[in-house]
Amino acid sequence: MKEFFESFRLAVGALLSRKGRSFLTILGIVIGVAGVIIIVALGAGAQSLVLSQITNLGTNLLGILPGKSNETGPPAAVFGVQVTTLTAADAAAIADKNRAPHVMAVAAFARGNVTAVWRDSSVDTNFSATQASFPRVQNVSVEQGRFFDEREERVGAPVIVLGSEVADELFGGSPAIGEVVKIKQLPFQVIGVMKKQGSIAFENQDDQVFIPLTVGQRQILGINHLQFIRLKVDDAANLQSTRGDVEQILREQHGILDSDNDDFSVRDLADAINVLTSITDGLRLFLVAMAGIALVVGGIGIMNIMLVTVAERTREIGLRKSLGATKGNIRNQFLFESGTVTLAGGFVGIIFGSLVSYAVALVARRLGYEWAFIISPLSIIMAVGVSILTGIVFGLYPAFKAAKLDPIEALRYE
Amino acid sequence: MEKILIEVKHLHKDYKTEDVVTSVLRDINLTIASGEFVSIMGPSGSGKSTLMHILGFLDRPTSGDYLFEGINMLEFEDDTLAAIRNERIGFVFQSFNLLPRTTVLDNVKLPLLYSRKSRDEQAAVKALESVGLAHRMNYFTNQISGGEKQRAAIARALVNNPSVIFADEPTGNLDSRSGKAVMDILQTLNEQGHTIILVTHEMDTARHGKRLVRLKDGQIVGDSAIPDRIRAHDGVELQKTK
Ligand SMILES: Nc1ncnc2c1ncn2[C@@H]1O[C@H](COP(=O)(O)OP(=O)(O)OP(=O)(O)O)[C@@H](O)[C@H]1O
Ligand SMILES: [Mg+2]
Repeated sequence: MKEFFESFRLAVGALLSRKGRSFLTILGIVIGVAGVIIIVALGAGAQSLVLSQITNLGTNLLGILPGKSNETGPPAAVFGVQVTTLTAADAAAIADKNRAPHVMAVAAFARGNVTAVWRDSSVDTNFSATQASFPRVQNVSVEQGRFFDEREERVGAPVIVLGSEVADELFGGSPAIGEVVKIKQLPFQVIGVMKKQGSIAFENQDDQVFIPLTVGQRQILGINHLQFIRLKVDDAANLQSTRGDVEQILREQHGILDSDNDDFSVRDLADAINVLTSITDGLRLFLVAMAGIALVVGGIGIMNIMLVTVAERTREIGLRKSLGATKGNIRNQFLFESGTVTLAGGFVGIIFGSLVSYAVALVARRLGYEWAFIISPLSIIMAVGVSILTGIVFGLYPAFKAAKLDPIEALRYE
Repeated sequence: MEKILIEVKHLHKDYKTEDVVTSVLRDINLTIASGEFVSIMGPSGSGKSTLMHILGFLDRPTSGDYLFEGINMLEFEDDTLAAIRNERIGFVFQSFNLLPRTTVLDNVKLPLLYSRKSRDEQAAVKALESVGLAHRMNYFTNQISGGEKQRAAIARALVNNPSVIFADEPTGNLDSRSGKAVMDILQTLNEQGHTIILVTHEMDTARHGKRLVRLKDGQIVGDSAIPDRIRAHDGVELQKTK
């Protein structure tokens, strides 16, 4: 214990007496540890954001994507592969109360990117060709005017509902309702502006326009299929049974006998969350690996500096041995020093990483995201542990080298 | 006659470099009793330091016997020797070997760090007082003079109250005045009962001891008491705190 405190005091003293070099030495550790802290904090922040958004959407939603997928991975459509098996007829079949009694509302989607033009202003935006049921399915409401109704949807009326951001950009505050907006030269009358929603799953919901499904499919996209269907179940308890109903309906619709041959996939939000976390986890693993590399580079720097230190202090080692220090004493002293150096680096890294994470959280909140600033105690413990460990692992070789020095040689060393 | 502290018989030390074997010490036979003040004198390269390192368990002889208080020391492992060295032996070097960027007190405390006995800071302060350096204990080692540095090094050698103090050219880096002060302290310590073994190549320094061992080409060529009329008596003037 006495040796412990004394070693610590001497190690800190040795560190402080060479401030410049100590700082350079710990830079790698600082970067590595700050990296770990930032990654964990941003990961937790992003996850909390996605989760809060998804739960805002409502937990009793089902999504149907074209194309088969296995349980864990995302379906092919996520990667931009065109699958054309899902159609409006499928959506209509699912909406049939006799076939799926717990389905409250169904909305089919076909989507793309367009330029919306009003007079001489224009804006690039996303458009969703969807159904009148959209606001009920998605839990969203209209700020001004109204959403298009079933009649307009059926006849393919040239009407459009703007996301709040699109309305702002095109009209800049002047009233939008009743104006005519052009998309691909076709005129659409603005009948509504949506309430501001923010982002859901990294997609800005306010940078969107909505038009009736058939108009969008035929006149703008020139397709007959859907990109996805969303439906709302009356109660979360009926989610799984409804999922079965929906799968059954779609198999009948598509003439599929064996579930192995499914050309669609039904997802609930838990799946969506899983897919998202598997993607963010992958990203995180990559970033953690980068932080790990920084730590290894930092560790090699430590080893280098410790070797220099041992060489510089050869006489001191000889002296200590002449005063009765054993090999173990000398080894521990240098392990202690490198551990202290990296621990100091770890602390600086924790502070730096926390500051960066906090700044990101502030910016995200200013941008309107519900971003939680989370520094988990576990990540701090981990950072401290990892930095001490780096010091010890990379300090081992120099420390053993110091311990092995012959006291006579060391005392004669000039 | 005091009890025998150190006894070496037929001690040899060779250094092998490639094919050349250098015999540094040849057939050394030496007996030193507790309480002696022995000056080992000889020209440069005669093996004085090598002998001192072996006597202080820092080095091992190539052959021969070494009994310390009647115990064969060559059988012990390095770590055991380190512990014995810590408690029984104090070294004073020509080049002081104080730690830089460290206070005098911390330097003197250093042997306590490796000690199995629990002595507190008081022992270090006392050691500093006995070399008249207590007023400098919070100075950093680069803030004191050469003479003060060597006195600090003596205090460090004293702190564990060793049986024997080895001093290798302790005045070699000092002006004559500070050198004399250092020798005074060693003489006083000897009068207080410490065994002192001094290594030097100067007669003027060697004559502070009570016995003179002459070394030449690794062999002892003379071993005799230093008569009182030759002996330097400066130490007697120093305060006698027993
Ligand atoms: N590691 C070694 N390898 C080979 N020879 C060595 C080694 N160490 C010391 N020697 C030789 O041993 C001899 C005695 O050295 P030592 O240091 O004991 O002499 P010394 O009497 O203390 O001399 P000085 O008065 O100059 O300090 C010298 O000739 C030296 O070159
Ligand atoms: Mg010498």
